[in-house]
Amino acid sequence: MSDLVLTVRDLRAGYGDEDVLHGVSIDVMRGSIVAVIGPNGSGKSTLLKTIYGLVPARHGNVMLLDEAGGSHDLTGLRPNRITALGVNMVPQLANVFPDMSVLENLEIGALPARERFAAQMEKVLHALPLLRAMLHKRAAALSGGQRQMLGVARALMSDPKLLILDEPSAGLAPAVLEEVFAKVKAINATGVSILMVEQKARQCLAMADYGYVLEQGRNRLQGRGQDLLNDEEVVRLYLGVQRRQTGRARDGRDGPPTPP
Amino acid sequence: MLEQFAQLTINGLITGTILALTGVGASLVFGIQRIANFAHGEYLTFAAYAGLLLNATYGQNLVVATAGAMAATAILAVAIHFGVLRPLRGRGLVATSLITVGIGLMLRDVIFMVVGPQTRQFEIDQTAVYDLTLVRISPGQAVAIAITIVVAPAVALLLARTPIGKAMRAVADNRDLAAISGIDVERIGTYVWLLAGALAGLGGTMFAVVQGTFDPNLGFQVLFLIFTTVVLGGIGSAYGALMAGIVLGLAMELSTWSGFAGGLEARFKPVLAFAVLIGLLLYRPQGLFGRARVF
Repeated sequence: MSDLVLTVRDLRAGYGDEDVLHGVSIDVMRGSIVAVIGPNGSGKSTLLKTIYGLVPARHGNVMLLDEAGGSHDLTGLRPNRITALGVNMVPQLANVFPDMSVLENLEIGALPARERFAAQMEKVLHALPLLRAMLHKRAAALSGGQRQMLGVARALMSDPKLLILDEPSAGLAPAVLEEVFAKVKAINATGVSILMVEQKARQCLAMADYGYVLEQGRNRLQGRGQDLLNDEEVVRLYLGVQRRQTGRARDGRDGPPTPP
Repeated sequence: MLEQFAQLTINGLITGTILALTGVGASLVFGIQRIANFAHGEYLTFAAYAGLLLNATYGQNLVVATAGAMAATAILAVAIHFGVLRPLRGRGLVATSLITVGIGLMLRDVIFMVVGPQTRQFEIDQTAVYDLTLVRISPGQAVAIAITIVVAPAVALLLARTPIGKAMRAVADNRDLAAISGIDVERIGTYVWLLAGALAGLGGTMFAVVQGTFDPNLGFQVLFLIFTTVVLGGIGSAYGALMAGIVLGLAMELSTWSGFAGGLEARFKPVLAFAVLIGLLLYRPQGLFGRARVF
């Protein structure tokens, strides 16, 4: 399949003596949104860090494929080399340079493609217009949602073909979360492939073309986003938790929960 | 009394600017390399003798001597980075910091062995005084003013405007994100030692010139003032260290002003510096300009 942009095969990695990933494999189709969900500690964040060379891979490989059919082995490359190949990532929470201004954050993001700075800046500010009014504000002074937008904007400044998002919903209010997800979809519509990890499984699978469920550092399930949303096992294991909780909350107020 | 105030302000600005420039280097080293470099004072001592060699032995003027000392100290700092600190990376903040204590002791003893314990001075007229009506400055101070007035804005511009300066601040701010943004953090790690070494070189020669006489304890005596500057400014914050150095220099000098409750005795100046530091940390542990960090 030449319409893949990223393949991860049998990836193992961890910290110290302990492996967190015990052989994870995923594919990202060009132009798609791929979601990776799973409970806390299932290795979602470690998977992204290993893909990006922030945590060394102990086994397996990560390949980046370009449209012409060429491929680059990312395994063992340092993060700045991976960025130069057309990838970028928005880490979880620590996603901006807090001591620098919004404008400086964007300038840092454009370092790999400095000559196209002005054009890229216009494109990014068009996609995320709320940043235009706060270019000279210190990033530390932004709200959680604004920070997330700035993190995404910084990543887009390098004009990546693959954007990796580590739990964009972390620490965001539900209304802001919807806005961030809408932006992710809009960015995807401009041709950027997206690989995202999420705790908010339901919203994430609803917008994803394809999803993977990780459990304890291994692939557990995979399928089209909509199929996973309706999969009995996924509902029971992950989405059901949310229903049970709402059911229990209702219990106390107005009798037994209504069946779905 | 006004004249004394003006005089102390000038003295404080000179000391403060030298502290600020040295502190910027130490602060960026901490932010980027995660090392509290206890050998930093000895880099200053090394620089003072490198400058003296050029000035007294080879008859170069103070500007050339300072530039030479900056280059030599930058090379020393990079050599120690590649020879010792980089191979030992990943052993934790305490271990690496203790290693720098050892490097500092070794450097100081080697300098003692080579140059001996006697005091030295640069080839400038120590008795001359320029009387500028309100204040009087020594030729050493005049040289320090002339050099820092060029270097301080240059360093500020480097950090604020150039891609390399922005990259340094970015790595100090968030190392992983800087790497993801495409910055070669290893290369920046080398550059920061070059910059910190050059600024320590400047600080060492300037302190020696301003003090008049110096011995191999020069750097050790100012090490804790440099650390105070770094902490006061907010560890890892370059602009913070620039401001904090000047604030600290002024506070120390002005504390001896007679209009300030009769003035503090000069030998208590460092005590004041640490009292300010302790007081500040009680109420603002992240420093004047820093933000809360987890190490």
